[in-house]
Amino acid sequence: MSVTHRIVVVGAGQAGLQLCETLRRSGHTGPLVLVGDEPHLPYQRPPLSKKFLTGELDAVRLALRPAEQLAKLDVALKLGTAVLAIHRDAHEVALADGERLGYDRLVLATGTRVRRLPAPGAALDGVCHLRGLDDAQAIRDRLGAARRLVVIGGGFIGLEVAAVARGLGKDVTIVEAQNRLMPRVVAPLVSEHYARVHAGHGVHIHLNTQVEGIVRAGEALAVALDDGASLPADLVVVGIGVVPNVELAREAGLHCENGIVVDEYAQSSDPAVLAIGDVAWHRNVLLGTSHRLESVQHAVDQAKNAAATLLGKPVPYAPVPWFWSDQYDLKLQMAGINRGHDSVVLRGTPDSGAFSVCYYEGTRLLAMDSINQPLDHMLARKLLAAGVTVPPTAAADPEFELKTLLPAG
Amino acid sequence: MPNVSFVAPDGATITVDIPNGWSVMEGAVKHGVAGILAECGGACACATCHVFVDPAWLGRLQPREAGEDDLLECTAVERAPNSRLSCQLRVSSALDGLVVHLPERQA
Repeated sequence: MSVTHRIVVVGAGQAGLQLCETLRRSGHTGPLVLVGDEPHLPYQRPPLSKKFLTGELDAVRLALRPAEQLAKLDVALKLGTAVLAIHRDAHEVALADGERLGYDRLVLATGTRVRRLPAPGAALDGVCHLRGLDDAQAIRDRLGAARRLVVIGGGFIGLEVAAVARGLGKDVTIVEAQNRLMPRVVAPLVSEHYARVHAGHGVHIHLNTQVEGIVRAGEALAVALDDGASLPADLVVVGIGVVPNVELAREAGLHCENGIVVDEYAQSSDPAVLAIGDVAWHRNVLLGTSHRLESVQHAVDQAKNAAATLLGKPVPYAPVPWFWSDQYDLKLQMAGINRGHDSVVLRGTPDSGAFSVCYYEGTRLLAMDSINQPLDHMLARKLLAAGVTVPPTAAADPEFELKTLLPAG
Repeated sequence: MPNVSFVAPDGATITVDIPNGWSVMEGAVKHGVAGILAECGGACACATCHVFVDPAWLGRLQPREAGEDDLLECTAVERAPNSRLSCQLRVSSALDGLVVHLPERQA
């Protein structure tokens, strides 16, 4: 590894930009090229389903760094440019504009793309998927005139859009295929709390319901459900998950599963190629597992991890994952990964609007979801990082101060 | 446009113009002020945009909300009475000339 290597980064999102910034700040002097297929400067994605939709944040404020800051980093930006292929033997990537970019090290930060609604009518005008800035702009452009919004998918994106739309006075209906909201990420009692809050704000929720298709009905749309109902809509927003962009890597013969497989140093099956961010099926040595994560925290932390590898000072990847979702006045913050939990302990009372849910495997704390309890969340992150569990009886007592369990120093 | 000065622990000062309505954190990040991390982008979710507000300015700030106060319990450098999260400080002409001091580290 060398600070003079030519490094090409494919994907100009949070992870790709963070990598370039960390490399420069850590003394990398070699050429850095950041290639992105979107025409926009690297931008923050979380506000796309929140403050960008309300108009509170514009595209300028969404940018992670203004152009002049990027220029100071001495990063060659190639925006609006797709990568067509990786030629590992030649150490080159082929760009859509015909250029071939040579690299000493290649970093894939290709992220994910939105999962399209697998039903007739998904491509109709007024049916919007939400992933990128252009998608969010299309929704924002239509939201003003829309009276009735149907949101397909009761996950973070769908619920955040629903909350924003209710705030704008729209008539909102959520359709979720599973039997509860956010089914893959939170415990049933969190789902139930969110269902109550959304219902309390006047959102109509259909659980256990599939969309059979969408048709145009005069000026509006009609969303046909598998229970026979038809929902009139002026705008439909689909948020049913994402698919990792592994095709470039797979076609180049790199080991891929549900993501590009990398180790705890962000290295792929080719020593000259790394992968970071949403697309990386990566190893976390603190958790002792491999998985793919879609989050800002992971994008930032794994970019730093990859930068250390590229600078010849590898450090095993071991952060505590954390996530958040803002809906109405509810701040949901999640620390750790609850997969494999066999019991759940409630800390506080949902009726008070502020509580946490602790996920255990045996007596070991795996994760904590906090709703309007940021102190619990921050302490959970510190406790999980330190490998300290919280006895379930203590967790269940909201008066018990988690801080007292932190190791000294 | 109001300006805000960021004073590093070694005394080095960067003064930047920040549009009305933006947060102090946004202004810092967009101008490449290295001492502000802001990992969550301003969602009041990470406590990595901690600043110590110059005492002369304390009386002119909006008070902390509960969430910010809780997060300040978990900053990398221990909080002081003049600690704030810069993502929660909204720039206005009333804050033109604001001076904040940066902690040794944010994470």
